[in-house]
Amino acid sequence: MEKIFQKLSLASASLVLVILLGIFATLFYEAKPAIDEFGLHFIVDKHWNQEVPIEAGDNAAAPKEEEQSVDSMLFGDDDATPMKTVFGGLIPIVGTILSTLIALVFALPIAMGIAVFLAEMASKTVSKFVGIAIELLAAIPSIIFGMWGLYYFAPIIADAFGGYQVSLLTAGLVLGIMILPFMAAITRDSMNTTPDVLIESAYALGATKFEVVKDVIFPYSKVGIIGSIILALGRALGETMAVAFLIGGIYSLPEKITDPTISIPVAMALNFGEASGLGENALFYLGLILFVLSFAIISLAKFYFLKRSKI
Amino acid sequence: MRLYLNKLFLALSALSALIGLGFLTWILITLFIRGVDSLHFSLFLNDLINGGLRNLIVGQLILAGLASALGVPLGMIAGIYTREYGRGKYAEFIRDLSDIMMSAPSIVIGAFVYAFAVAPFGGTNGFAGIIALAIMMIPIIINTTDSMLSLVPKELREAGMALGASKYRVILDIVIKAAKVGIMTGILLAFARIAGETAPLLFTSGTSSYFTMNLSETFPSLTVSIYSLANEPQQSSRDLAWAASFILTMMVLVINLTGKFITRNKHK
Repeated sequence: MEKIFQKLSLASASLVLVILLGIFATLFYEAKPAIDEFGLHFIVDKHWNQEVPIEAGDNAAAPKEEEQSVDSMLFGDDDATPMKTVFGGLIPIVGTILSTLIALVFALPIAMGIAVFLAEMASKTVSKFVGIAIELLAAIPSIIFGMWGLYYFAPIIADAFGGYQVSLLTAGLVLGIMILPFMAAITRDSMNTTPDVLIESAYALGATKFEVVKDVIFPYSKVGIIGSIILALGRALGETMAVAFLIGGIYSLPEKITDPTISIPVAMALNFGEASGLGENALFYLGLILFVLSFAIISLAKFYFLKRSKI
Repeated sequence: MRLYLNKLFLALSALSALIGLGFLTWILITLFIRGVDSLHFSLFLNDLINGGLRNLIVGQLILAGLASALGVPLGMIAGIYTREYGRGKYAEFIRDLSDIMMSAPSIVIGAFVYAFAVAPFGGTNGFAGIIALAIMMIPIIINTTDSMLSLVPKELREAGMALGASKYRVILDIVIKAAKVGIMTGILLAFARIAGETAPLLFTSGTSSYFTMNLSETFPSLTVSIYSLANEPQQSSRDLAWAASFILTMMVLVINLTGKFITRNKHK
């Protein structure tokens, strides 16, 4: 019995590894046709589901030629060049990165402020109350942020900055609100690891609160704070529902911050249902890129924390 | 100058806290006004096809409940491994992996489950939704179990061993009992978290307008329906989406607060 239980527990723990490897393998397998077809050029290609002329010497899409010539006959186009359907990931990749960066720029100062307020400023009762409220903000389902953002937040932002209601900017800002509690909570926790002795000595030397935070707490908990920022970044990359409401969901490169575009999770959410064949493979390719990206970023953050706990 | 700078800094910090609270209040008030406006008792009696929410609420609870039935035991036993049985690098490795998985993009998990539990069977089904939610839940449960077990004093384990109990008896009868409250809270919070998930369900369970208990067909989901209703042009659909959002958020927040309340009482 003891042995069985031990084996069972080992098996359950290994399940995590199996699932993770399974995700990698499945995404790779499903993306394989798209990877073979487009290679790494996928990352910098801005065409999504568009017909482009076949370049000389490229015979990968030869079967499509026939179909295309029927099309061109219909449209009466005499000197049609052979075309093929191309999927490229540049627009969703750029959309993901830009919306995440906007979220980070917006959330960072506010999250730091909240963390300082909770850790150093507020009385115990106030800190507890505000802390719970901030945690509740984190508990609200992302789809609610999306709906609220679309109908209440976006119009205000569009009035203030011009441009479209659904845009990179509104998506980024709502994303920022969503990672705010997460970032604030981890930052507060790492600030709280600063030994009281250090803080009290600084006060005893006549330092103001600002100086204590700036010269004692921040340097001490720097590593943890950077870790929290990177972790929040990793979270923001994969956020789907709120961004799906707000980013617009169209495949076009944004020229301004107030233009609508698309991100990787949103591309998957919107197009997965009707995609088939190469289109579906291309979506899995996007998913693979997203997964690898967030895996790398979160591991990086974990390493910061690990380094810290060993010191 | 120093003192002014200090005052400015403190004012900015307090302002940040106010901004955070402001967003929370803004969202909750919006939900309350729009939700209560469109909330009728009949919503709980009719299915979506007749303009109600009954099948969606029941469906979401079944999905999240069965996902917990799958994810909680697996996660707990895995957490027991990383804290009690595992030694050295492998347990540490699994712990790190599960932390990383906790932040994995949920839409990717949906796509993963789609590839092996939806595509081969020709359509969205309840089982796939349950698997996707369970995969989201397992790392959260591992994380709480692991950290709650680490709080149990070593002496308890040693006392159990000294009485001649085998290790798994000590774990199940003594260590788990001692960490019960913490683990229960963790489970509640994890349940609240997956009950509000949409992205992993989009192309696994899908959503349905009809009441069903058959998990092998497309299964009604409150969150997925909120998404589709909110994007429909008719005002009546959007009103229904607001009512559903209000119910969902209240459910999630009440579970969350209950969890927090339990831990608080425990610490007193």
